[in-house]
Amino acid sequence: MSKIRLLVGTRKGAFILTSDGTRKKWDVAGPFFGGWELYHLKGSPAEPDRLYASQTSSWFGQVIQRSDDGGKTWYPPGTKPEDLMGPDGAPKGESNMFLYDASAETGKPLTTHQWYDGSQRPWEFKRVWHLEPSLTDPDTLYAGVEDAALFKSVDGGKTWKELAGLRSAKGQLWQPGAGGMCLHTIVLNSGHPDRIFVAISAAGTFRSDDAGKTWRPTNKGLLSKYELPDPDAEVGHCVHCIAMHPARPNVLFMQKHWDVLRSDDAGESWHEISGNLPSDFGFPIAVHAHEPNTVYVIPIKSDSEHYPPEGKLRVYRSKAGGNEWEALTKGLPQKDCYVNILRDAMTVDQLDPCGIYIGTTGGQVYGSADGGDNWTPIVRDLPAVLSVEAQTL
Amino acid sequence: MIRVVLPAHLRTLARVDGEVQLEVTSPVTQRAILDALEAQYPVLRGTVRDHGTLKRRAFVRFFACEQDLSHNSPDAPLPEAVAAGDEPFLIVGAMAGG
Repeated sequence: MSKIRLLVGTRKGAFILTSDGTRKKWDVAGPFFGGWELYHLKGSPAEPDRLYASQTSSWFGQVIQRSDDGGKTWYPPGTKPEDLMGPDGAPKGESNMFLYDASAETGKPLTTHQWYDGSQRPWEFKRVWHLEPSLTDPDTLYAGVEDAALFKSVDGGKTWKELAGLRSAKGQLWQPGAGGMCLHTIVLNSGHPDRIFVAISAAGTFRSDDAGKTWRPTNKGLLSKYELPDPDAEVGHCVHCIAMHPARPNVLFMQKHWDVLRSDDAGESWHEISGNLPSDFGFPIAVHAHEPNTVYVIPIKSDSEHYPPEGKLRVYRSKAGGNEWEALTKGLPQKDCYVNILRDAMTVDQLDPCGIYIGTTGGQVYGSADGGDNWTPIVRDLPAVLSVEAQTL
Repeated sequence: MIRVVLPAHLRTLARVDGEVQLEVTSPVTQRAILDALEAQYPVLRGTVRDHGTLKRRAFVRFFACEQDLSHNSPDAPLPEAVAAGDEPFLIVGAMAGG
């Protein structure tokens, strides 16, 4: 029987939740890296016991952790004695080094972005928000960072190199929102190995068709009239999350700051599909594992009130690819619930029926083993959940 | 030997208990201690001082001999008691407040 492993990142450590394919009884392991913020953990699709984690702290900076045994043991890649011996005989320890590329050889990347007062400000690394392992090579992975940029490692996280062409896509106009200027979403597709989508708060979505060398904004159709008065602005849109079904790589779904949108032409244009949602503000968006037209969002009351409308935690599902949404409530709190679900904290597994999981800022992880019809709490009292990823083993 | 006390999170990261002992050639400065610390524990690179600029991270402080040395030049000689190994060099996570 298949097994599900949930990788949960929280404000105070990581947790690994495991269950058999029935998804009824769960074991909880952790905390790993207690006291540190774990923005994101993700396993390699090519080698599921290879896990990567972003461990970060306002005090001590960024640490990349790696496990080769499904999360039982961890180590910062590149710090084993046999790794990357430097001239002094010691490991170089570069797995935590995210240096923006300022070389002329790779396209003379911009070195400043817009600041709140309209001035230009140098890029400054703060943390890794999202790790996206390659679909085919366990040693290759991407990191989305704040200040927004994309890094790539081809040696299992030992060293990182920026794909600096991204910042050439009008990077001088990017400006941080209140949550920071972070690259939080990276979408890969095995059918188009050279195509990469990324999403950045508050800059928008961007697409590369040459494996990350060059990029262009893909934000046509996004409207943010209160935050961005120019309806034709190519960048400056606060995209919260984008999602794709692997079998339909030209269809993308987006949860924007306000508005839920869809693209049917690989990001060339977007149209709104908010329909009958009680609020179209939210953070995560996910697609059903086996039904490419079934989409999930979690409406939040507003940009200034980050909790569910009416104190009812409802996941909304559209089986029509948008516009027509139904509230999924069975097993979720329907009174006095004022938690948020962050952008990386909703995910699906690959079983049939498809499982779906959400983690809240109140420390609960809820799961549904039937595509969202019925929910049960897997664990209730973790630190605030930042991310949830499901592995089907 | 120079004695260095790490904050709990960095002891966990470096997988050490208690004080760290380092060989540091004279003159004993913040930079010399941190260079030796990072050479012995590569995982600590970037956690005490920034990877690119080698400046002290904002919420990390350096104390020794009941003095806050955080704003001293990284190349200034440290107190003789630290150089002699009588007193430890303390790397401290700043108070968070709140």
